[in-house]
Amino acid sequence: MVHWSAEEKQLITNIWSKVNVADCGAEALARLLIVYPWTQRFFSSFGNLSSPTAINGNPLVRAHGKKVLTSFGDAVKNLDNIKKCFAQLSKLHCDKLHVDPENFRLLGDILIIVLASHFGKDFTPACQSAWEKMVRVVAHALAHEYH
Amino acid sequence: MVLSANDKSNVKAVFGKIGGQAGDLGGEALERLFITYPQTKTYFPHFDLSHGSAQIKGHGKKVAEALVEAANHIDDIAGALSKLSDLHAQKLRVDPVNFKLLGHCFLVVVAVHFPSLLTPEVHASLDKFVCAVGTVLTAKYR
Repeated sequence: MVHWSAEEKQLITNIWSKVNVADCGAEALARLLIVYPWTQRFFSSFGNLSSPTAINGNPLVRAHGKKVLTSFGDAVKNLDNIKKCFAQLSKLHCDKLHVDPENFRLLGDILIIVLASHFGKDFTPACQSAWEKMVRVVAHALAHEYH
Repeated sequence: MVLSANDKSNVKAVFGKIGGQAGDLGGEALERLFITYPQTKTYFPHFDLSHGSAQIKGHGKKVAEALVEAANHIDDIAGALSKLSDLHAQKLRVDPVNFKLLGHCFLVVVAVHFPSLLTPEVHASLDKFVCAVGTVLTAKYR
Protein backbone atom coordinates (compact mmCIF):
# COMPACT_ATOMS: atom_id res chain seq x y z
CA MET A 1 0.00 0.00 0.00
CA VAL A 2 1.22 3.48 -0.87
CA HIS A 3 2.12 5.76 1.99
CA TRP A 4 1.07 9.38 1.62
CA SER A 5 2.24 11.99 4.05
CA ALA A 6 -0.34 14.42 5.36
CA GLU A 7 1.36 17.14 3.34
CA GLU A 8 1.21 15.10 0.13
CA LYS A 9 -2.48 14.38 0.64
CA GLN A 10 -3.12 18.07 1.22
CA LEU A 11 -1.17 19.14 -1.86
CA ILE A 12 -3.02 16.63 -4.03
CA THR A 13 -6.54 17.30 -2.80
CA ASN A 14 -6.00 21.05 -2.67
CA ILE A 15 -4.97 21.23 -6.32
CA TRP A 16 -7.68 18.78 -7.34
CA SER A 17 -10.40 20.87 -5.73
CA LYS A 18 -9.50 23.68 -8.12
CA VAL A 19 -9.36 21.57 -11.27
CA ASN A 20 -12.08 21.85 -13.91
CA VAL A 21 -12.21 18.16 -14.75
CA ALA A 22 -13.90 18.57 -18.13
CA ASP A 23 -11.50 21.22 -19.41
CA CYS A 24 -8.38 19.74 -17.88
CA GLY A 25 -9.25 16.24 -19.07
CA ALA A 26 -9.95 17.42 -22.60
CA GLU A 27 -6.68 19.34 -22.69
CA ALA A 28 -4.65 16.47 -21.27
CA LEU A 29 -6.00 13.92 -23.74
CA ALA A 30 -5.63 16.30 -26.68
CA ARG A 31 -2.03 17.03 -25.70
CA LEU A 32 -1.31 13.31 -25.38
CA LEU A 33 -2.54 12.74 -28.93
CA ILE A 34 -0.58 15.73 -30.23
CA VAL A 35 2.69 15.37 -28.34
CA TYR A 36 2.85 11.57 -28.65
CA PRO A 37 0.97 11.00 -31.90
CA TRP A 38 1.42 7.24 -31.79
CA THR A 39 -1.10 7.20 -28.97
CA GLN A 40 -3.73 7.94 -31.63
CA ARG A 41 -3.61 4.23 -32.42
CA PHE A 42 -6.28 3.64 -29.78
CA PHE A 43 -8.65 6.19 -31.18
CA SER A 44 -9.25 5.26 -34.80
CA SER A 45 -12.99 5.63 -34.20
CA PHE A 46 -12.65 9.24 -33.06
CA GLY A 47 -12.76 10.77 -36.52
CA ASN A 48 -10.53 13.67 -37.44
CA LEU A 49 -7.21 13.63 -35.57
CA SER A 50 -5.21 14.94 -38.48
CA SER A 51 -3.85 18.11 -36.88
CA PRO A 52 -3.55 19.80 -33.47
CA THR A 53 -6.49 22.03 -34.46
CA ALA A 54 -8.59 19.01 -35.38
CA ILE A 55 -7.64 17.20 -32.18
CA ASN A 56 -8.34 20.19 -29.94
CA GLY A 57 -11.72 20.73 -31.55
CA ASN A 58 -12.72 17.08 -31.65
CA PRO A 59 -15.79 16.55 -29.42
CA LEU A 60 -15.00 12.85 -28.92
CA VAL A 61 -11.57 13.76 -27.62
CA ARG A 62 -13.13 16.29 -25.23
CA ALA A 63 -15.68 13.82 -23.96
CA HIS A 64 -13.19 11.04 -23.50
CA GLY A 65 -10.71 13.33 -21.81
CA LYS A 66 -13.39 14.27 -19.31
CA LYS A 67 -14.18 10.60 -18.72
CA VAL A 68 -10.53 9.73 -18.13
CA LEU A 69 -9.93 12.58 -15.69
CA THR A 70 -13.16 11.90 -13.84
CA SER A 71 -11.79 8.42 -13.19
CA PHE A 72 -8.58 9.99 -11.99
CA GLY A 73 -10.70 11.86 -9.47
CA ASP A 74 -11.76 8.52 -8.01
CA ALA A 75 -8.13 7.86 -7.21
CA VAL A 76 -7.86 11.24 -5.48
CA LYS A 77 -10.87 10.32 -3.35
CA ASN A 78 -9.37 6.89 -2.53
CA LEU A 79 -5.70 7.66 -2.01
CA ASP A 80 -5.29 4.82 0.45
CA ASN A 81 -6.80 2.23 -1.85
CA ILE A 82 -5.94 3.12 -5.41
CA LYS A 83 -5.01 -0.41 -6.54
CA LYS A 84 -8.35 -1.78 -5.38
CA CYS A 85 -10.17 1.22 -6.80
CA PHE A 86 -8.70 0.63 -10.27
CA ALA A 87 -8.67 -3.18 -10.34
CA GLN A 88 -11.62 -3.43 -12.74
CA LEU A 89 -10.37 -0.59 -14.92
CA SER A 90 -6.98 -2.29 -15.06
CA LYS A 91 -8.54 -5.54 -16.27
CA LEU A 92 -10.54 -3.60 -18.84
CA HIS A 93 -7.45 -1.85 -20.21
CA CYS A 94 -5.60 -5.15 -20.46
CA ASP A 95 -8.25 -7.58 -21.64
CA LYS A 96 -10.54 -5.42 -23.74
CA LEU A 97 -8.74 -2.22 -24.67
CA HIS A 98 -5.24 -3.74 -25.07
CA VAL A 99 -3.56 -0.52 -23.97
CA ASP A 100 0.21 -0.64 -23.36
CA PRO A 101 0.66 0.66 -19.77
CA GLU A 102 3.41 2.95 -21.03
CA ASN A 103 0.54 5.13 -22.19
CA PHE A 104 -0.56 5.65 -18.58
CA ARG A 105 2.89 7.02 -17.83
CA LEU A 106 2.76 9.26 -20.88
CA LEU A 107 -0.63 10.64 -19.88
CA GLY A 108 0.62 11.18 -16.32
CA ASP A 109 3.51 13.27 -17.67
CA ILE A 110 1.11 15.30 -19.78
CA LEU A 111 -1.23 15.88 -16.83
CA ILE A 112 1.62 17.27 -14.75
CA ILE A 113 2.39 19.77 -17.50
CA VAL A 114 -1.24 20.77 -17.86
CA LEU A 115 -1.51 21.33 -14.10
CA ALA A 116 1.72 23.31 -14.10
CA SER A 117 0.49 25.54 -16.92
CA HIS A 118 -2.80 26.17 -15.13
CA PHE A 119 -1.51 26.74 -11.61
CA GLY A 120 1.75 28.49 -12.38
CA LYS A 121 3.70 29.36 -9.23
CA ASP A 122 1.09 27.60 -7.08
CA PHE A 123 2.34 24.36 -8.61
CA THR A 124 5.31 24.47 -6.29
CA PRO A 125 8.13 21.89 -6.38
CA ALA A 126 6.54 20.17 -3.39
CA CYS A 127 3.26 20.17 -5.25
CA GLN A 128 4.87 18.77 -8.37
CA SER A 129 6.60 16.10 -6.33
CA ALA A 130 3.33 14.96 -4.76
CA TRP A 131 1.62 14.92 -8.13
CA GLU A 132 4.49 13.06 -9.81
CA LYS A 133 4.01 10.41 -7.14
CA MET A 134 0.24 10.47 -7.74
CA VAL A 135 0.43 9.88 -11.48
CA ARG A 136 3.04 7.17 -10.95
CA VAL A 137 0.80 5.37 -8.45
CA VAL A 138 -2.22 5.65 -10.74
CA ALA A 139 -0.26 4.30 -13.72
CA HIS A 140 1.01 1.45 -11.58
CA ALA A 141 -2.50 0.62 -10.35
CA LEU A 142 -3.87 0.62 -13.88
CA ALA A 143 -1.12 -1.76 -14.95
CA HIS A 144 -1.44 -3.95 -11.87
CA GLU A 145 -3.93 -6.50 -13.21
CA TYR A 146 -2.09 -6.98 -16.50
CA HIS A 147 -1.17 -10.49 -17.32
CA MET B 1 24.25 7.06 -31.42
CA VAL B 2 27.15 6.19 -33.64
CA LEU B 3 28.43 2.69 -34.28
CA SER B 4 32.21 2.58 -34.39
CA ALA B 5 34.11 0.45 -36.89
CA ASN B 6 34.68 -2.05 -34.08
CA ASP B 7 30.97 -2.10 -33.24
CA LYS B 8 30.11 -2.80 -36.86
CA SER B 9 32.57 -5.64 -37.19
CA ASN B 10 31.44 -7.10 -33.84
CA VAL B 11 27.81 -7.04 -34.94
CA LYS B 12 28.57 -8.56 -38.33
CA ALA B 13 30.58 -11.30 -36.64
CA VAL B 14 27.70 -12.13 -34.29
CA PHE B 15 25.19 -12.37 -37.10
CA GLY B 16 27.67 -14.36 -39.15
CA LYS B 17 27.93 -16.97 -36.35
CA ILE B 18 24.16 -16.94 -35.72
CA GLY B 19 23.55 -17.57 -39.41
CA GLY B 20 20.40 -19.51 -40.19
CA GLN B 21 19.38 -19.71 -36.55
CA ALA B 22 18.39 -16.05 -36.52
CA GLY B 23 14.73 -16.86 -37.13
CA ASP B 24 14.54 -19.18 -34.14
CA LEU B 25 16.32 -16.66 -31.96
CA GLY B 26 13.81 -14.03 -33.02
CA GLY B 27 10.93 -16.28 -32.03
CA GLU B 28 12.50 -17.04 -28.69
CA ALA B 29 13.19 -13.36 -28.04
CA LEU B 30 9.54 -12.58 -28.70
CA GLU B 31 8.35 -15.33 -26.42
CA ARG B 32 10.62 -14.10 -23.67
CA LEU B 33 9.34 -10.57 -24.27
CA PHE B 34 5.72 -11.64 -23.81
CA ILE B 35 6.46 -13.60 -20.64
CA THR B 36 8.80 -11.10 -19.01
CA TYR B 37 6.87 -7.99 -20.02
CA PRO B 38 3.22 -9.08 -20.34
CA GLN B 39 2.15 -5.57 -21.29
CA THR B 40 3.84 -6.13 -24.67
CA LYS B 41 1.13 -8.66 -25.47
CA THR B 42 -1.30 -5.78 -25.87
CA TYR B 43 0.10 -5.28 -29.37
CA PHE B 44 -0.83 -8.84 -30.38
CA PRO B 45 -4.44 -9.43 -29.34
CA HIS B 46 -4.92 -11.21 -32.68
CA PHE B 47 -2.13 -13.74 -32.05
CA ASP B 48 -2.05 -17.12 -30.40
CA LEU B 49 0.65 -16.39 -27.82
CA SER B 50 0.90 -19.84 -26.29
CA HIS B 51 4.29 -21.55 -26.10
CA GLY B 52 5.42 -22.85 -29.48
CA SER B 53 2.79 -20.89 -31.35
CA ALA B 54 3.33 -20.81 -35.09
CA GLN B 55 2.46 -17.12 -35.09
CA ILE B 56 5.19 -16.28 -32.60
CA LYS B 57 7.67 -18.34 -34.62
CA GLY B 58 6.59 -16.63 -37.82
CA HIS B 59 6.73 -13.17 -36.38
CA GLY B 60 10.02 -13.86 -34.64
CA LYS B 61 11.46 -14.83 -38.00
CA LYS B 62 10.29 -11.52 -39.47
CA VAL B 63 11.88 -9.56 -36.62
CA ALA B 64 15.14 -11.51 -36.99
CA GLU B 65 15.19 -10.95 -40.74
CA ALA B 66 14.93 -7.21 -40.15
CA LEU B 67 17.84 -7.35 -37.71
CA VAL B 68 19.90 -9.36 -40.22
CA GLU B 69 19.06 -6.82 -42.91
CA ALA B 70 20.16 -4.00 -40.63
CA ALA B 71 23.40 -5.82 -39.84
CA ASN B 72 24.04 -6.41 -43.54
CA HIS B 73 23.57 -2.71 -44.24
CA ILE B 74 25.07 -1.47 -41.03
CA ASP B 75 26.44 1.68 -42.66
CA ASP B 76 22.92 2.77 -43.52
CA ILE B 77 20.43 1.19 -41.13
CA ALA B 78 17.96 4.01 -41.73
CA GLY B 79 17.99 3.32 -45.45
CA ALA B 80 17.74 -0.43 -45.03
CA LEU B 81 14.80 -0.20 -42.63
CA SER B 82 13.08 2.81 -44.15
CA LYS B 83 9.91 0.95 -45.12
CA LEU B 84 9.73 -0.74 -41.72
CA SER B 85 10.19 2.65 -40.13
CA ASP B 86 7.23 3.99 -42.14
CA LEU B 87 5.14 1.00 -41.12
CA HIS B 88 5.84 1.51 -37.44
CA ALA B 89 5.16 5.25 -37.60
CA GLN B 90 1.98 5.11 -39.64
CA LYS B 91 0.34 1.84 -38.79
CA LEU B 92 1.83 -0.12 -35.89
CA ARG B 93 2.78 2.77 -33.58
CA VAL B 94 4.33 0.51 -30.99
CA ASP B 95 5.34 2.71 -28.05
CA PRO B 96 9.09 3.44 -28.27
CA VAL B 97 9.75 1.98 -24.83
CA ASN B 98 9.07 -1.50 -26.19
CA PHE B 99 12.02 -1.50 -28.58
CA LYS B 100 14.35 -1.37 -25.60
CA LEU B 101 12.51 -4.32 -24.09
CA LEU B 102 12.73 -6.44 -27.24
CA GLY B 103 16.35 -5.43 -27.81
CA HIS B 104 17.11 -6.60 -24.29
CA CYS B 105 15.36 -9.94 -24.88
CA PHE B 106 17.30 -10.43 -28.09
CA LEU B 107 20.55 -9.95 -26.20
CA VAL B 108 19.37 -12.45 -23.60
CA VAL B 109 18.70 -15.00 -26.30
CA VAL B 110 22.14 -14.48 -27.86
CA ALA B 111 23.63 -14.89 -24.39
CA VAL B 112 21.67 -18.08 -23.81
CA HIS B 113 22.65 -19.71 -27.09
CA PHE B 114 26.04 -18.16 -27.86
CA PRO B 115 27.57 -17.30 -24.47
CA SER B 116 31.14 -17.37 -25.74
CA LEU B 117 30.29 -14.88 -28.48
CA LEU B 118 29.00 -12.29 -26.08
CA THR B 119 32.16 -10.83 -24.62
CA PRO B 120 31.64 -7.48 -22.87
CA GLU B 121 32.87 -5.63 -25.95
CA VAL B 122 30.57 -7.54 -28.27
CA HIS B 123 27.77 -7.14 -25.76
CA ALA B 124 28.25 -3.37 -25.84
CA SER B 125 28.32 -3.30 -29.65
CA LEU B 126 25.23 -5.48 -29.97
CA ASP B 127 23.38 -3.37 -27.41
CA LYS B 128 24.26 -0.22 -29.34
CA PHE B 129 23.13 -1.93 -32.51
CA VAL B 130 19.68 -2.93 -31.23
CA CYS B 131 19.35 0.57 -29.79
CA ALA B 132 20.14 2.05 -33.19
CA VAL B 133 17.56 -0.19 -34.83
CA GLY B 134 14.93 0.93 -32.32
CA THR B 135 15.81 4.55 -32.96
CA VAL B 136 15.40 4.08 -36.72
CA LEU B 137 12.06 2.33 -36.29
CA THR B 138 10.69 5.16 -34.15
CA ALA B 139 12.41 7.99 -36.03
CA LYS B 140 9.32 9.02 -38.01
CA TYR B 141 6.88 8.86 -35.09
CA ARG B 142 6.70 12.63 -34.90
